[in-house]
Amino acid sequence: MIDTEYDVVVVGAGPGGSITAKNCAERGMKTLMVEKRQMIGDPVRCAEGIAKHTVKKHIEPNPKWICAEAKGFRIFSPSGIKVEMVGEFGSGEVGYVLDRKLFDRALAHEAARSGATILVKTRATGLLIEDGKVCGVELEHLGKKFCVRAKVVVGADGVESKVGRWAGMNTSLKPRDIETCAQALVYDPSADQEFCEFYLGREIAPGGYAWIFPKGEGCANVGLGILGSFSDAGAPFNYLNNFLKKYLPNAKILEIIVGGVPVSKPTDGIVGDGIVLVGDAARQSDPLTGGGIGNAMEAGAIAGEVVSEAISEGDTSAERLREYEERWFKERGKKLMRNWLVKEHIMSLSDEELDKLAKSIADVKFKGLQLYELLKHLLRRNPKLLWKLKGYI
Amino acid sequence: MVLNVNRYVCGYCGACVAVCPHCALELVETWLEIGSGCTECGICVKICPVGALSLDEVKA
Repeated sequence: MIDTEYDVVVVGAGPGGSITAKNCAERGMKTLMVEKRQMIGDPVRCAEGIAKHTVKKHIEPNPKWICAEAKGFRIFSPSGIKVEMVGEFGSGEVGYVLDRKLFDRALAHEAARSGATILVKTRATGLLIEDGKVCGVELEHLGKKFCVRAKVVVGADGVESKVGRWAGMNTSLKPRDIETCAQALVYDPSADQEFCEFYLGREIAPGGYAWIFPKGEGCANVGLGILGSFSDAGAPFNYLNNFLKKYLPNAKILEIIVGGVPVSKPTDGIVGDGIVLVGDAARQSDPLTGGGIGNAMEAGAIAGEVVSEAISEGDTSAERLREYEERWFKERGKKLMRNWLVKEHIMSLSDEELDKLAKSIADVKFKGLQLYELLKHLLRRNPKLLWKLKGYI
Repeated sequence: MVLNVNRYVCGYCGACVAVCPHCALELVETWLEIGSGCTECGICVKICPVGALSLDEVKA
C-alpha cells in the first residue's frame, strides 16, 4: 500500500498540509501525507475563527463544519471601551467560526479525493539527507520504522515543528515569540452569537488578549493567550478561569483545550534543498491576531503549485523552491510583517494608553471589517502615541 | 535538576516542544517524551499553559 518513493511527502495533516497535498496531487504529483495522530483534526488547538473569503478560496463552505457566522467584531479596551466593526468581511480575521475537527477532516478528504495517499498514526522521526539535500523522511507507523524517499518534503507539522529543525532551519520559538493559550468551549445562552469579541488588558491577558467567539446553539469558544515572556507555569489556565468568572459566570464548560501560537517576526528561510515549510511550522500565523488557518491554506496552495512545477522541471533546489517563499511574502508575508510591527508596538503600551486609543475611535462607524482601516484611523487620531508605526500603515 | 511532566495535568498541546531550544521534547498523541538533550533550562516550564512541567531534584 505504501510505496518507498513519492514525488512529495507532506508531514502533518492540518489545513496547511492538506491544501499542499491536494494542490500537489491535482497536478499529478505522487503525494503522501502523513499525520502522527490517529485522528486528523483532533484534539483541536484553535479558536476556530476565519475570514469567509479565505475559506471559499480553498473549499466549498459546508454547514457541517460551520458552527456560526459572525457579522462583525468588537474590541474591548482594558477599561471596557468598545470598538465595534460591522459589515461584509473583507480581510477581517473572523467571519466563520469552524468546527476544526470536521473542517480538518474535510480538507484531508479533499486531498485524498485529489489522489494523495494518507497515512495516519504515522510519525516522522527524521529526514533523509544526502549531500545536504533533503530526499525523504524516516517514518514510524504502529511501531514499525521505515523510510520513504521524496523529491520534496513539506514540513506542515505545526507549532511543534521538527521537520525544519532537522534540516537545519532555526524555527524554535523564543518565549517572546509565542502566545501560550487556554480555551474553553462553553454553553452559556448569554454569550453573544453575532459578534466575535476581543478583550485587551494586562489584568485579562498580559501580552495577548482574551476572546469570545460564537459557536452556535448557545455555545462559545472562550479563550485567551499570554505572551510567553509574561507567562508562568499554568498562567493561561488561571487567567482563563478569572476571565470566565468575570464575564460568563454561568458558563458550563464542555471542553478545554490548550496550545501555543507563533507570533514571531515573519521569517525567511522557509525553503531548503528538497524541503519547504508551510503554516505554523513556517511561523506563518498572524503575529497580531494569532489567526493561522487561512495563512496556512494560502501558503499550502502556493507551495503545492511551486513544488509541483519544480518537480516537473527536475529542479528541487532551494533556489528553485524560493519562488514559494517570494510569492508567499508578496501575497501575505508583507501584511504579517506590518502586523508584527503593530503587535510589538501595542505590546509596549500601557493599559491607560490602550484605553486612550480605543476612546479615540469609539465613535467611528467602520464600513468594512478591514483591520487596516482600523489601524489607519488609530494612527490618524493618535499620531504621537503611534509615531513609531508611521510609514508602515 | 531533572524535567518532569505530570501526565495527569498535561494537555498535550506541544507548546513546550515549540520553545525547546534543544529539540529535546517530542509529543506523541498524549505522551510527551523528554529526550536526553534536555538541559533543564526551564523555558518549557514557564510556557506550559496548564503547569504540567516542573524542574525537580529527582525524576518523578
